[in-house]
Amino acid sequence: MSAELIHDQSIGNIGNDYSQYGFQDKEDYVFKSGRGLTREIVEKISSMKNEPEWMLKYRLRALDIFLKKPMPKWGNCGLLDSIDFENIFYFVRSSERSEKSWDDVPEGIKQTFDRLGIPEAERKFLAGVTAQYESEVVYHSIREDLEAQGVVFLDMDSGLREHEEIVRKHFGTVIPAADNKFSALNSAVWSGGSFVWVPEGVKVEIPLQAYFRINAENMGQFERTLIIAEPGSFVHYIEGCTAPTYSTDSLHSAVVELIAKPGAHIRYTTIQNWSKNVYNLVTKRAVAHTDAKVEWVDGNIGSKLTMKYPAIHLVGERAHGEVLSIAFAGDDQHQDAGAKMVHAAPNTTSMVVSKSISKNGGRTSYRGLVKVYPNAKGAKSNIKCDALLLDEKSRSDTYPTMEIDEKDVTIEHEATVSKVGEEQLFYLMSRGLTQDEATAMIINGFFEPFTKELPLEYAVELNRLIQLEMSGSVG
Amino acid sequence: MTAKKPLLSIQDLHAKVEDKEILKGVNLEIFPGEVHAIMGRNGSGKSTLSYTLMGHPRYTVTSGKILFKGEDIVEMSPDQRARIGLALAFQYPVAIPGVSVSNFLRASVNAVRGKEIPVKEFRAELKEKMKSLGVPNEFLSRYINDGFSGGEKKRLEILQLALLKPALAVLDETDSGLDIDALKTVSEGINTLANPETAVLLITHYQRILNYVEPQFVHVFQDGRIIKSGGADLSKELEARGYDWVSQELTPSGVS
Repeated sequence: MSAELIHDQSIGNIGNDYSQYGFQDKEDYVFKSGRGLTREIVEKISSMKNEPEWMLKYRLRALDIFLKKPMPKWGNCGLLDSIDFENIFYFVRSSERSEKSWDDVPEGIKQTFDRLGIPEAERKFLAGVTAQYESEVVYHSIREDLEAQGVVFLDMDSGLREHEEIVRKHFGTVIPAADNKFSALNSAVWSGGSFVWVPEGVKVEIPLQAYFRINAENMGQFERTLIIAEPGSFVHYIEGCTAPTYSTDSLHSAVVELIAKPGAHIRYTTIQNWSKNVYNLVTKRAVAHTDAKVEWVDGNIGSKLTMKYPAIHLVGERAHGEVLSIAFAGDDQHQDAGAKMVHAAPNTTSMVVSKSISKNGGRTSYRGLVKVYPNAKGAKSNIKCDALLLDEKSRSDTYPTMEIDEKDVTIEHEATVSKVGEEQLFYLMSRGLTQDEATAMIINGFFEPFTKELPLEYAVELNRLIQLEMSGSVG
Repeated sequence: MTAKKPLLSIQDLHAKVEDKEILKGVNLEIFPGEVHAIMGRNGSGKSTLSYTLMGHPRYTVTSGKILFKGEDIVEMSPDQRARIGLALAFQYPVAIPGVSVSNFLRASVNAVRGKEIPVKEFRAELKEKMKSLGVPNEFLSRYINDGFSGGEKKRLEILQLALLKPALAVLDETDSGLDIDALKTVSEGINTLANPETAVLLITHYQRILNYVEPQFVHVFQDGRIIKSGGADLSKELEARGYDWVSQELTPSGVS
């Protein structure tokens, strides 16, 4: 009955069949868990939020899919299988959140806040001690400017309440619940996240920062973000921050859907620095229509395991997609990230630049897909992956997949793995820099193509964070 | 006034790379402000000497001493050596993508001088040095040695020495791979560098650069040690008679 709400077949299925590319599991796997999440919980979430009937049905349908779908059999299976779904609280209302105290925040994280010079109010917010980030005043004036332009920038729950028709038309059309186990989970229990709608022709001058939106669900476990850029509009959205974000929730599974209508331009910047107990399993996908442009700028520093492959479906002629990503994996971390570019129209172009650093036994993986559909003539894709290993214990792998069903295309793929060169270190040290300073300088240089795309304050903070990581003083 | 003390005193220095002994008993004294040239064939161990002086991790001192300002520096890391006034201009400077020349120069100057120099002051000093070395402004926003021509790399090396004002500047084959115009500019830079506060040790294969930079002392390097020392005339004699002449002269008759 509500199938069309879960699946927009026209877009949803494009490039979804990753089974041929090692992106999906065999269907004969038997899933046994599910006791942690029940139909009652999902119904309760929906009723507490006073949601319309269609959303409840959407959630319940997603729940069925989640329960039936096996765990992915690719990526870091060992870590994935250790997720205990029964031990997860799927929904806690803000008011019911147990009061956490500053004293409970690990010492290492506090020290890092110190060294980064994070303001007091912001520290407590990042540490999950307060739900309020005191930028309310700043945001207030920004909100007035946005309203004057007709831009909608709300949390997803409010978005659904206040703009139900827009949400209903687009929600789940880019990432159907059935896309993967974690998108199904998110679809069943989502809460928070952002809803952005930019009217035709409107260019939003300042980046919209998730920070401005002040509630605890901002950094929730199952965020749901939907950004719709009407024809000819532009918006830059920024989420996350460079400072470590402390969370006691071990599973974070967001879904982010972007829709760039003809001639629109969306840039989505993420800096993820979750504390090192977090599994960060995110599904991010964009649809770019004719002459539209979508950019994912994606930085992954924290978490225990991140699996994230921002995708762009280029469905209109001359649409352009870019993914620019960095990953940093230290001790006991695995950053499994990448990009998916799906060329479904003629003269579409895409570019991926992925940079990763592994240190102290950390592991980074690049997992990428380029798919070109028949008749996507003149499609061009350029992919560049550079991995830097800081020691012998660390690891980096590349898993590129190409599925090209059209002859008239230009696909370039280049991957390098290197070590911080002894000669580079010696050169900088012979100029007076200590080994840590020299290493940090080389790494900042390696990440520079990414950093230069960030707003200045983020770039400065990221560079400082890398310096701290290099001197081994980050907790 | 006490008698002048040597700035650098290398005493019976032996060094190896992996398990191969390259330096086999080097002795050399340099006093403040002096200009020395070490000449020798490729493979004679000249570059090993420069790397060993600067403390490259792959070069291990097996015996002997390197006294700099009276202190044995053998156990010091390269950055410690830089901070007490030693500098090396590399034969093959490496590229470091993503790090701009201006950021690097400022970090380096701050590290060596041991204090933060105000940006404005630093800029002014930098502009002046760049002008005298004919280094174009666009160098500053480029990445360190990334896509630089041979001549550009060497000019950047000299610029760094000029900013760091070391007590001893070691130049490893700075003349190699330069055309005549670049050689002249670089030589002028070296001449400006050489002053009572900065001694220079030029390591070279060719006599060519010595037409522009006149050393007070010339040493012939062979098989991991200095086999002959003399004044500026020695380099001219080498040019005229070749390295074989020195080795023959030093080989006692009856020994091959």
